[in-house]
Amino acid sequence: MLTNKKGERRFSSDKIFKIAATVSGVYVLVIIALMVFQLYFESHAVWEREGLDFLIGSSWNAVEGRESFGAAPYILGTLVTALLAMAIGVPLSIGIAMFISQAPKFLAVPLGMLVDLLAAVPSIIYGFWGIFVFRQFLLDFVEYPLYDALGENSWIFLSAPFGLDIFTASIILAIMIIPTISAVSREIMMAVPHQQKEAAYMLGATRWEMFRISIFPYAKTGLIGAAILGLGRAVGETMAVTMLIGNATGPGAFPQSLFQPGQTMSSIIANEFIEASPASLHLPALIGVGLILLLVAICINVVAHILVSRMLKVKEGVVNA
Amino acid sequence: MTAMIDMQDARADIVKDAPNYKMIAENVSVFYDGIQAVKNVTMKFREKSVTSLIGPSGCGKTTFLRCLNRMHDMTKNARVEGRILLDGQDLYSKDVDPIYHRRKVGMVFQKPNPFPTMSIYDNVAAGLRLNGVKDRKILDEIVEDSLRMSYIWDEVKDNLRKPAMELSGGQQQRVCIARALAIQPEVLLMDEPASALDPIATQKIEETITELAKEFTIIIVTHNMQQAVRVSNYTAFMYLGELIEFDETKKIFTQPRNELTAKYVKGQFG
Amino acid sequence: MMASTQKRAEYRLLFKQNVKRRLLINKIALGAVFCCVVLALIPLVSILFEVFENGLSALSVEFLTQPPGAIGSGEGGIGPAIQGTMIIIGMSSLIGVPIGIMSGIYLAEFGDNRLGRTIRFFNDVFMEFPSIVLGIFAFLTIVLLLGHFTLWAGAFALSLIMFPIVARTTEESLKLVPLTYREAGLAIGLKKWVVTVRIVLSAAKSGMITGILLAVARIGGETAPLIMTVLGSSQFFAGLDSPMDALPLRIWRLSLLPYDSAQAQGWGAAVVLIIIILAVNMGVRYYFATRKRKGLLSKLLGGYRK
Ligand SMILES: Nc1ncnc2c1ncn2[C@@H]1O[C@H](COP(=O)(O)OP(=O)(O)OP(=O)(O)O)[C@@H](O)[C@H]1O
Ligand SMILES: [Mg+2]
Repeated sequence: MLTNKKGERRFSSDKIFKIAATVSGVYVLVIIALMVFQLYFESHAVWEREGLDFLIGSSWNAVEGRESFGAAPYILGTLVTALLAMAIGVPLSIGIAMFISQAPKFLAVPLGMLVDLLAAVPSIIYGFWGIFVFRQFLLDFVEYPLYDALGENSWIFLSAPFGLDIFTASIILAIMIIPTISAVSREIMMAVPHQQKEAAYMLGATRWEMFRISIFPYAKTGLIGAAILGLGRAVGETMAVTMLIGNATGPGAFPQSLFQPGQTMSSIIANEFIEASPASLHLPALIGVGLILLLVAICINVVAHILVSRMLKVKEGVVNA
Repeated sequence: MTAMIDMQDARADIVKDAPNYKMIAENVSVFYDGIQAVKNVTMKFREKSVTSLIGPSGCGKTTFLRCLNRMHDMTKNARVEGRILLDGQDLYSKDVDPIYHRRKVGMVFQKPNPFPTMSIYDNVAAGLRLNGVKDRKILDEIVEDSLRMSYIWDEVKDNLRKPAMELSGGQQQRVCIARALAIQPEVLLMDEPASALDPIATQKIEETITELAKEFTIIIVTHNMQQAVRVSNYTAFMYLGELIEFDETKKIFTQPRNELTAKYVKGQFG
Repeated sequence: MMASTQKRAEYRLLFKQNVKRRLLINKIALGAVFCCVVLALIPLVSILFEVFENGLSALSVEFLTQPPGAIGSGEGGIGPAIQGTMIIIGMSSLIGVPIGIMSGIYLAEFGDNRLGRTIRFFNDVFMEFPSIVLGIFAFLTIVLLLGHFTLWAGAFALSLIMFPIVARTTEESLKLVPLTYREAGLAIGLKKWVVTVRIVLSAAKSGMITGILLAVARIGGETAPLIMTVLGSSQFFAGLDSPMDALPLRIWRLSLLPYDSAQAQGWGAAVVLIIIILAVNMGVRYYFATRKRKGLLSKLLGGYRK
């Protein structure tokens, strides 16, 4: 009798504990679902009113009575800045990862820490530094030279640079995604089994050839995953971009030349969310932009995590991602 | 005083000996994180001979073998001391990049390690491509020859484009042997090449080794005493990182000078 | 059948004598790789140098404790911003830490099934969600639901950034606890949850504290979600239903002002923020480096998470 009673009680308190833990675990799933639903629900006014135009239109007018919202320039702005950041950031990051994965310990450890440090610096500080230090440097040493050399002949560099433009924002983004991509790539490269590298060296490969025939093919999926992870960061990044992209709105925000002010999905939300009146369509429009941003981010990160974790599981115990 | 003179004599000996031997290892020691795994091993390998390295697990056979190819360069916690001469040239000399030597010294590892993203053909051709061979016909010819030498040609000739990973472990190992042979090395290091093979493939590999010995210098690690007897001219017995005895195979197995060797080859170890 | 010795010698002759060229290409490639490292470190060095160079000179007792003066005057300080950042970190931890720990316990103790893997996966994906969207969500959920402004919206938003980090670090540190601890506890008749909580409170403690501190370092610099949920203010904390200041918000506001004095104050605020964040971050790393638990740290950091 006594043991039976005790047994029941043990069962029940353990049960409660398990339920509490499970609820906390499921919390993240509930939040994600709720988030998508909530953003859709609160923005459906703008979807109803604009329909497909919200995705492909470019007018952005919050004046009551003449409201009209199209998010295309910001969607494009996000894509252009993020892709440009990738074009610069990915090769650099892979290079850093190559160096750190090969360097002797006394170099690799502090370098790895420095890169991690770069990741710990908050976005707002990148933005502040960007405005007051980096912008002038870019103007003097990159933007004007490019403009003088190529501006007349190519649309990419048309329009006199001002420093607060798509180009500057992209470079800052590139700097900001380097720690993410290089840290993940480093893990991925270190997860390549030793025997693979030895096989290449045995054939008389140089270090570079070893990367080419052994590490890169083996780690390809993971490295692509790392890059996509960086893309996700670039797409969602807000403050530094908001401070440096120049904040154009409406059709003028369409990315035409790199030296033109632009706008991304996240920066338009940061700029206008507080001013937007909940009574007008302005707030639903911004929430709608948020929804698009969210869905894009989910897709990117799901793909990235599948690729990265598939690779890192290969070497047991490195990361249980 | 005498010790010093002895050492000088030894040095002179080695240099004098160099033309008679393909490879000479002199006072080789290897340390992992400062812990010595190979202790002062000196060995000479005659050209066109087969030498077996035997000894209980963990005695440092693999570790020693890897020195002969500078494979420890990549192991961050390993340090190699001593001198190794290949054709009279110092393998660890600072003036010569190791890749010059590695082209001459092929290696087959204890575990099969084909490049997983490459086909069987590309695996075997990988080393050739590094050496700038681009001609399709020549590639085909050498790949076929190498696969034949490692006794796997008949099994894979119809699907050379198949990923190497889809082969069985023993087949993978033979592809790895082919990959090492394709670069036409002069010395071949084999670390238990037959441990993943069935008896028939093992026998064929042994035949290959005997065949290859007509022109290669082969050093093979094995746990199989019969194999050592069958394929090798010389046998070295290692124990706890030290070279206990090194002599003609026949002598090692019939009249070993050292008690440990005797016990080991009789299978009375424990 | 096999190529003859002669044939083999011919093969060898076919090999291009290209080693010099290959070694040169190798050198160039490795040089390029080294340049990548240098290029990436330039911004880091520049940021740290500029922030400390410009920021430290702005620091004074008045600057650290006083509310901002009239706009453009260059007077006053960032007292409310520091206070606000501390308050919001505290409030977010209140929500995020318990959920994160419980969720980590779930993943470590009960998560070896389909649901567990799903949660683990989405937990990782959720960590990468754009923080500004979390801000919108918190605003919609809390402010619109309650019908009035409250700082809990900001705390909720930041807790969403926090809990996945805490969950994963808790999971990893629990998994490192040897099974024997658990078995020993169960063997003497303790309930499973008592054993787990004991382990959580003892053996896995340092791992979890690391997770919490890293999460704090992360949210301390978060700006975007605070824009719509905390709003910013020039006053000290005045109750949960009025807007509050925070360091990142103050830096943003100062960056928008066209005065040199505002810029100087901005650097001052930036140096305070970066000192707080780097101190927490480096403190954690140092703690693990000195205790020779680097393996644990890299596990806790999940290898590729901040
Ligand atoms: N990378 C390494 N780091 C540290 N110690 C090592 C390393 N590789 C080998 N050792 C140690 O060096 C010693 C010799 O190892 P080695 O692999 O050479 O043995 P072996 O004779 O090849 O054994 P087996 O027959 O089992 O292959 C062992 O004690 C092993 O633990
Ligand atoms: Mg071995």
